Amino acid sequence: MAAQWARICKSHEYARMKPTLQLDAQGRLRHLLTLEGLSRELLLKILDEAEAHDKALRGADKKQSTLAGRSIINLFFEPSTRTRTTFELAAMRLSADVLNLQVSASSTSKGETLFDTLKTLEAMQADMFVVRHEASGAAHFFAEHAAPGVAILNAGDGRHAHPTQGLLDLFTIRRYKGPADDCFEKLTVAIVGDVLHSRVARSDIHGLRTLGTKEIRVVAPPTLIPAGIADMGVKVFHDLDAGLAGADVVILLRLQKERMLGAFLPSLAEFHRDFGLSKARLARLKPETIVMHPGPINRGVEIGGDVAYGPQSLILQQVSHGIAVRMAVMSMILGAPATERARARRSRR
Amino acid sequence: MTAGPQDWSAARAAPAAGTPPRSLLIRGARVLDPASGHDGIADVGIRDGVVSDIGASLPTDRFEQTIDGRGQWLMPGIVDLCARFREPGQTHKASFASETPAAQVGGITTVILPPDSQPAIDSPATLLRVQRIAAQVGGLDVRVLGALTKGLGGEALAELSALRSAGAVGASQALQPIRDMLVARRALEYAHGLGLTVHVFAQNAALAAGGCAHEGAVATRLGLASIPVAAEVSGIRFWISLVEDTGARIHFCRLSTARGAELVALARERGLPVTADVAAHQLFLTDTDVDGFNALCHVMPPLRSSEDRDALRQAVADGVIGAICSDHQPHEADAKINPFPMTEPGISALETLLPLSLALVHEGVLTALDAAARLSLGPARIAGLDAGTITVGAAADLTLIDPAREWVLRADHLRSAGRHTPFDGRSFRGCASTTLYRGEPVFVG
Repeated sequence: MAAQWARICKSHEYARMKPTLQLDAQGRLRHLLTLEGLSRELLLKILDEAEAHDKALRGADKKQSTLAGRSIINLFFEPSTRTRTTFELAAMRLSADVLNLQVSASSTSKGETLFDTLKTLEAMQADMFVVRHEASGAAHFFAEHAAPGVAILNAGDGRHAHPTQGLLDLFTIRRYKGPADDCFEKLTVAIVGDVLHSRVARSDIHGLRTLGTKEIRVVAPPTLIPAGIADMGVKVFHDLDAGLAGADVVILLRLQKERMLGAFLPSLAEFHRDFGLSKARLARLKPETIVMHPGPINRGVEIGGDVAYGPQSLILQQVSHGIAVRMAVMSMILGAPATERARARRSRR
Repeated sequence: MTAGPQDWSAARAAPAAGTPPRSLLIRGARVLDPASGHDGIADVGIRDGVVSDIGASLPTDRFEQTIDGRGQWLMPGIVDLCARFREPGQTHKASFASETPAAQVGGITTVILPPDSQPAIDSPATLLRVQRIAAQVGGLDVRVLGALTKGLGGEALAELSALRSAGAVGASQALQPIRDMLVARRALEYAHGLGLTVHVFAQNAALAAGGCAHEGAVATRLGLASIPVAAEVSGIRFWISLVEDTGARIHFCRLSTARGAELVALARERGLPVTADVAAHQLFLTDTDVDGFNALCHVMPPLRSSEDRDALRQAVADGVIGAICSDHQPHEADAKINPFPMTEPGISALETLLPLSLALVHEGVLTALDAAARLSLGPARIAGLDAGTITVGAAADLTLIDPAREWVLRADHLRSAGRHTPFDGRSFRGCASTTLYRGEPVFVG
């Protein structure tokens, strides 16, 4: 009992010292939980690393030995195909051993707590957990309680954060609007749709702000805009045409089809009419405006099918960038820098 | 108020372990008596559990024991309007045996339990059971609010007359809503007919549904489902409109918003029989303390903005909020070991109620006499108890305070079975040095 109390008191101190939860004493990534609080230098370093991986992935031999012998557990408490697959692929291409666990109904329904699930899987000598959970703060929770040396990579926690999605969005924008790192300073980015429930929107906003984006807008009916979001450094629009005017980048968010139930919206059709990106609407924007979406898309809801596969759409590129970005993050957290690896080899001899 | 049943008073009269002094003198303390407005040095004599003398210099040889109160404050024993002891039903969290010493350390001599134990206190049998456990442990005046509706379900009335006869000092839904407004009105009318004050946690359940944090920039950044200010404000408006119709007495529990406090102030100005309390932590913490997903700051109602906190402080100073309570909710450690939204709300607070209230005095928010009033006379009157005053003939439930002692709170040193406090490591000035219950020193620090 006393030990348990000591643990929660200690984890509480941890949580308040926020940067140290994600970074080690040298400022290197220990976990990736959120983009909030990460420096511009670190974000750009991750993007540069991802560029290198992306280049390598275009060759014939896509496999590297960076994480050979390491094990990564994909721990998904929410159903996911796309994100889990790209994490799995990223890990395999780094030669890590990967285990996929879809926990939605198995152990939690038997009454095992998240803490117990973590400890049980830790005992299997995992080096990293890629975690998705419906509760905001779940990744922080795992990071606070993980054993030293076990890394947590947030693959989405509730409405809070989806940092690798944020990174791949930054990567995509820099690739198509860059290549200079300061390209963000000239950009107006409009994030459109269900901002209230979106962890992607929050991670995008943190990342875009840190990289000095000129203007970040969120565009949605008031029922889908959370209170006080302007404090995150964004402008709020309730009219799509006004929100899109002059935008260089449009990021559309997925609208859960059950949002009519909570009286957020009257109908999908009305949402599409007022907030969907149709071909006609897109035609009114600059031809160099790019369109992004974290997927999976709802055709005819937030995006027209012809827009999704149109020339300005980067939705499929985002998917492949996702693998490179996830490889970058995994190798930066787990793969010790070359110098340290050499030192470790020497001391073993 | 109707007298309690036989077994209750009999058990109460049973002597505690050891032989307490039959007479006791507290010399030279600064005596704070909110009922008379007295704030000055005096001697207080106690005989057979009752205050027997108050005077300038009482002869020590007439008393078996003397406590040197110089440099200390003597106030009526603290009456805590809301503390949960988790018994019956949740003894893995706490029990009377574990929480009574925590209350005594905190200078508390009377606690009022909400009816949401398991089972809910919706029948005389359950209420008597709670009183029996309390009597076995002793050392603390334990009072109970009866459930307003059966099983706190918000649908059928509980047997309020029988509950009152068994000793209920008010009726309440605790944190449970009454969704049907007509049921709410009938319950209020019925309780009013019995002279029972209804204690209302006026948070609209639909507006608060699923929320765990104050609606605002912090909850938005953390992605936490939020509870708007309107959840409290609309609830208070609704219940005030019922008071206007019925004249029934309502006590608003755990205010959290500036606008809620403003509504209560307006209602009181118009002469409506409404009172209010606030949890001590609500006067110190704000939603920014939740940052980093700090589950120790997961409370209900949620921590609100600094403007709300400041307005609540002002309302306490003005007397609009007549009582500061602990809202003590002991939990087992596991209850807070989860991602923030999945943790159970509530903190262990018996032992911080007085120190936080003293901090308000040190910060100049309250005078010492006002602080004493909000902790004793105010809540006692709300609950219809005789407690909360230092007068000859009154029960000698007294709290002696060392206002200058500097100390640091350590969560793992709490007496309560619940150790989750957001004030771990905080420096305090002042604490209870002796708690007297019916003239007996039940805590000496």
